[in-house]
Amino acid sequence: MQLHFELISDKIPYILQGILTTLEFTMLSAVFGLIWGIILALFKISNIKILHGFAVFYTSIFRGVPLILSLTLVYFATPQLFHYDITALEAGVITFTLNSAAYISETIRAGITSVDHGQQEAAIALGIPYPKMMRDIILPQALKNILPALVNESIALLKDSALVSTIGATDLLRRADIVASDSYLYFEPLLFVGLLYYVMVMTLTATARILERRLARSD
Amino acid sequence: MIEVQNLSKSFGKLKVLKDVSLSIKQGEVCAIIGPSGSGKSTLLRCLNLLEQPNQGVIQIKDENITSPKTDIVKIRQNIGMVFQHFYLFPHMTVLENMIYAPMKVKNISKEKAVAKAYDLLKKVGLKEKADVYPSKLSGGQRQRVAIARSLTMEPEIMLFDEPTSALDPEMVKEVLEVIRNLAHTGITMVIVTHEMGFAREVADRICFLDEGKLTENLPPKKFFAKPKTKRAQQFLQKML
Ligand SMILES: Nc1ncnc2c1ncn2[C@@H]1O[C@H](COP(=O)(O)OP(=O)(O)OP(=O)(O)O)[C@@H](O)[C@H]1O
Ligand SMILES: [Mg+2]
Repeated sequence: MQLHFELISDKIPYILQGILTTLEFTMLSAVFGLIWGIILALFKISNIKILHGFAVFYTSIFRGVPLILSLTLVYFATPQLFHYDITALEAGVITFTLNSAAYISETIRAGITSVDHGQQEAAIALGIPYPKMMRDIILPQALKNILPALVNESIALLKDSALVSTIGATDLLRRADIVASDSYLYFEPLLFVGLLYYVMVMTLTATARILERRLARSD
Repeated sequence: MIEVQNLSKSFGKLKVLKDVSLSIKQGEVCAIIGPSGSGKSTLLRCLNLLEQPNQGVIQIKDENITSPKTDIVKIRQNIGMVFQHFYLFPHMTVLENMIYAPMKVKNISKEKAVAKAYDLLKKVGLKEKADVYPSKLSGGQRQRVAIARSLTMEPEIMLFDEPTSALDPEMVKEVLEVIRNLAHTGITMVIVTHEMGFAREVADRICFLDEGKLTENLPPKKFFAKPKTKRAQQFLQKML
C-alpha cells in the first residue's frame, strides 16, 4: 500500500485546529465531571437517604445506557424540551460531564473511604466544620490516593470525545473525515489524527507522572 | 468543669459503658485506667461526642452537651484531643497542621497563628521541624506536634487516649515530659493510659474502669496503696 501524506499536507493546519476542539471539550468535561463527581460521592457517603438513593440511581442509569445514546438524546431532545438551540460542543460537554461524574463518583467515594477515619476524627476534635473538613482535609488526601484512576478517566474522556463527531462537532476525527471525503484519501487523514490522539494521551500520562511525584513529597 | 451523670453507651447489643458518673474540677488531671476493652476510649470519646451516649448527661462548663440545642462544634473547639495514632494531616507541613484550625475555624490572622504555632513548637522542642511533612518525623515527634496542634485552639480541656501506646519505648519519655509540663499549666486533663508510674505522678485522680463500670475513683496515693476492689488489685498486680 502506498501512503501519500503529501497530498493532504495543505489540509494539515485545518486538521490541527481540531486539537483545540477536542481539548476544549475534554477539559471542560473533565473539570465539570470532577466537580459533579465529588458532589455525587458526597451524596453516596451521606447519611441522608434521599441523597444517597439519588446518587446510586443516577450512577446506575449512566452505567446502563450507551454513551452515544445519551449524547444523541441530549443533542436532539434539548431544543424540543427547553427551546434552546444547543451546540454540538455544549451537548457533548453536558453528556460527558454527566456520564463521567457517574463513573468517577464511585472512584472518589472509594478514595474518601480509603482515608484513615482518624483523620476525620482529628478534624472533628479540632472543631473543624464538615464542609471545611471535607474540602481541606479529606478530599485532598482522597484525590491523591485515586490520582491514577482520575488520569485514566481523563484519557478515556479524551478518546471518547471522538463521539461528538457523530453530532457534527468539528473535532479531530470529524475533520479527518471531512478531509478524507474531500480528497478521496482515507488512511492518511485517519492515521494522522490517530497519531495526534496518541501523542495527546502520552502527554497526559507524562504530566500525571510528574504531578504524582510532586504530590509524593509529603510521603 | 466536666460533669458526667449516669452515662451509658452501647454498640448494638454490647454494653460498653454502664451508668458512669464522674466529676472533674477545673485544673484537675484525671487518669483513666483499666483492662483492654473496658470502655476507656469510649468514655473519653463521649466527652467530646465523638461517640453519642445512649443515656445520661454530660456537662462541660455547666452546658449540657448532649442536648440537641448545644452547638457541639463550638464546644469541641474548647476540648483538645490527642489520639494514640497522632492523626496529623499528612498533606500539610507541621506548621500548616498547626495554623489551619486557628485560621479557618477561629478566623485568627495568619501572622498571629504562625506566631502562636512557633511558640508552641518551641515548647514541645520542635521549632526546627515547622516546614517538615509529618512523614519525616519520628513517632514521638509526631505526637508532640499533635499535642501542640491541639493547643493552638487554646482549649480549657485536653483529652488523651493512650498518647504513648503506639510509640517505641525510647520515645515515650519525651511525650510524657510534654504532657507533664502541660499538667502544671492548670489545664483540665483526662488521660487514658497504661503508664502507671506516670498516672501516679501526674494525676490528681485515678479512675478505674472495669467492664464499663467506674469502680474506683481515688487519689493516686490511695489507689496505688490499695484499691478497694479485687479486680483493681489484680489489674495493678499485672501492671506493676
Ligand atoms: N465503634 C464501635 N463499634 C462497635 N464496638 C465498639 C466500637 N468502639 C468500641 N467498641 C467495643 O467497645 C468495647 C470497649 O472499647 P474501648 O475502645 O472503649 O475499650 P478500651 O478500654 O479503650 O480498650 P483498649 O485499652 O484496648 O484501648 C470493646 O469491646 C470494643 O470492641
Ligand atoms: Mg482504647
